[in-house]
Amino acid sequence: MLEIKNMHVKLEEEDKAILKGVDLTIGSGEVHAIMGPNGSGKSTLSYVLSGRDGYEVTEGSAVLDGHDLLDMEPEERAAAGLFLAFQYPVEIPGVGNMTFLRTALNAQRKARGQEELSAGDFLKVVRAKAKALKIDADMLKRPVNVGFSGGEKKRNEILQMAILEPRMCILDETDSGLDVDAMRLVSDGVNALRDANRSFLVITHYQRLLDHIKPDVVHIMADGRILESGGPELALVVEKNGYADLLKKHGIAEVA
Amino acid sequence: MEQQIEVREGVDRETIETVQNMGSYKYGWETEIEMDYAPKGLSEDIVRLISAKNDEPEWMLDWRLKAYRRWITMTPPTWALLDIPKIDFQDIYYYARPKSMETRPTSLDEVDPKLLATYEKLGIPLKEQALLAGVTAPEGERQVAVDAVFDSVSVGTTFREKLAEAGVIFCSISEAIREHPELVKKYLGSVVPQSDNFYATLNSAVFSDGSFVYIPPGVKCPMELSTYFRINAENTGQFERTLIIADKGAYVSYLEGCTAPKRDTAQLHAAVVEIVIEEDSEVKYSTVQNWFPGDEDGKGGIYNFVTKRADCRGDRAKVMWTQVETGSAITWKYPSCLLRGNDSQGEFYSIAIANNMQQADTGTKMVHLGKNTRSRIVSKGISAGRAQNTYRGLVSIHPKATDSRNYTQCDSLLIGDKCGAHTVPYIEVKNNSSRVEHEATTSKVDDDQLFYCRTRGMDEEEAVALVVNGFCREVLQALPMEFAMEAQSLVAISLEGSVG
Ligand SMILES: Nc1ncnc2c1ncn2[C@@H]1O[C@H](COP(=O)(O)OP(=O)(O)O)[C@@H](O)[C@H]1O
Ligand SMILES: [Mg+2]
Repeated sequence: MLEIKNMHVKLEEEDKAILKGVDLTIGSGEVHAIMGPNGSGKSTLSYVLSGRDGYEVTEGSAVLDGHDLLDMEPEERAAAGLFLAFQYPVEIPGVGNMTFLRTALNAQRKARGQEELSAGDFLKVVRAKAKALKIDADMLKRPVNVGFSGGEKKRNEILQMAILEPRMCILDETDSGLDVDAMRLVSDGVNALRDANRSFLVITHYQRLLDHIKPDVVHIMADGRILESGGPELALVVEKNGYADLLKKHGIAEVA
Repeated sequence: MEQQIEVREGVDRETIETVQNMGSYKYGWETEIEMDYAPKGLSEDIVRLISAKNDEPEWMLDWRLKAYRRWITMTPPTWALLDIPKIDFQDIYYYARPKSMETRPTSLDEVDPKLLATYEKLGIPLKEQALLAGVTAPEGERQVAVDAVFDSVSVGTTFREKLAEAGVIFCSISEAIREHPELVKKYLGSVVPQSDNFYATLNSAVFSDGSFVYIPPGVKCPMELSTYFRINAENTGQFERTLIIADKGAYVSYLEGCTAPKRDTAQLHAAVVEIVIEEDSEVKYSTVQNWFPGDEDGKGGIYNFVTKRADCRGDRAKVMWTQVETGSAITWKYPSCLLRGNDSQGEFYSIAIANNMQQADTGTKMVHLGKNTRSRIVSKGISAGRAQNTYRGLVSIHPKATDSRNYTQCDSLLIGDKCGAHTVPYIEVKNNSSRVEHEATTSKVDDDQLFYCRTRGMDEEEAVALVVNGFCREVLQALPMEFAMEAQSLVAISLEGSVG
């Protein structure tokens, strides 16, 4: 499904290397987790895959279902089935959440040559999915993310994911800032979408999310590289011992 | 409530579709039709000729001549932040009428099919059904009466009989001068005096057509009224004159739309709109201004130099101006409110978009004269390309206007880094019991917002349209629904090419 090979990324504006050779292959239906200390390049990886400006890929490739992602506009990547749940979802004043969702869904459908959904059909889809995430009618009417609490923003990201039904979902620290109940809602939302045809890349700081969303593979990332990969037990090791030993083992000075 | 929201949801989709399906200026075509012109240039003889073409009484001619004689002593205002090329006033036609309009049609059935087809193509079919701007309302829903002005003449006005039953007079101003001289004499020039400013004085001398509305005491106008202005002839100025009178306890909502063909020479549109609002009456005046803006390099386009003013004469009189200014090469326009009556209220909601080489200097004047008067200003300015966009507003609270309030909110949005946004508020408060609040913001279209939209599948132009429509939401919501739809797609279209 997603194949990242030897990816090197630097900032466009300055000579600062951020990703220093990332290799990652995620098969259909698999759930991979990336853990790592702050500043290791996890968000950068998700941004580069989604096509955000400001980064330069100096080496390597990223292919999703045969599409060369790095050659595509962000909206083309979305239409090809890539989705990023943002670490910091963006506020769009004056644009109703529903309007946003429908515009997005229909843009993708159009790009794929599908019929656009009618207002009525769309409403049915949204209502059902919003209910499962405990997103009420009021939150659907309010402007996108404006005045939403941290938890509401994250649930809203999962709602978008549920409606857009992507093939490849990247979740960037969706668990940070969530209380126990919100965490459960979010992980239930994600688990409900797990499917043999859909893959996940779950970026997280904490092991606790992985209690709810059971990963097939766990990767540890630091200093722009994947240091180690293993099964769910790797997350438990990190939880218990922190990153210090791992960093030392790979000769990386600990960042603050 | 739910219903309302549903519709607005649909509006945005429409916007997106419009952006995708459309080239830039949609109304740039021309109607080929034989025209009668007055000779080029301006003189007393031309003023007499215009008056004669309209079969005007002597008093009207005298009124025009007085304005003309004053105008030749005046110079154009220079205080606006606009770079206006020198206009040769002798190189303009002041009167252009389709030959087929020589004998006045007595009903819409007699109107030249070419003219009817023109409005049909503009999305303003001159039929008596619930249609406006391409929006089809189911049978029996809200109806909108239309006065269609083509260059210098009104082509026809719909729903006249139905309105007459309610006592409402809705006709062209030239007809009102002939048929209702007592009303016109009483009110014409009473809100915007002949001597008001260079362009208003010019208009007073040479105005050719426009709309006249009279709502009698206690009458709520049974449908929305609208005027659609079309400039078609080349090198021709359009001098629209509109007069709206809401007598005691009356209500009317009035809509105005305008377009012109693409040409590489600029054309002048100098309009005057006067609104008289008596005790306990209310007028809503909405404009979607979409004159040809000129090409990307600033060639051609309409110079839109307009004086619009509402006079709240009676106590508790209310006026609401809503404008969406997307077109014109240069806009010089300040729809204003004279709040004379005690407890009277004025509101001004504005979206002004300037893209490419467009220039806009627009805003309002709120003049508080009566006690306990209220005014509210919400202005959203969007600049893109190499455009300059200025909000200029006066809030003046006079000594006797005690306990009055104004709230002003003025937001500017910049797209790209070659355009400019300016805010010029003038505030005068001459008593101690009144209060004025002013808030202003300037921001850039946020790359993070655009990226967020694009990761959800929207292309860059859709994303900009969505974000900008969000920025304008408060004003769009102040528009009647038919106009809100049109306005949303216009916002998108007029920003085409502003990114990427
Ligand atoms: N646009 C940017 N400008 C400057 N520094 C950046 C930018 N994006 C990322 N970085 C830097 O790259 C490194 C990795 O950041 P990030 O990908 O956000 O890490 P993580 O998500 O793992 O915490 C950090 O040192 C961060 O400061
Ligand atoms: Mg991060």
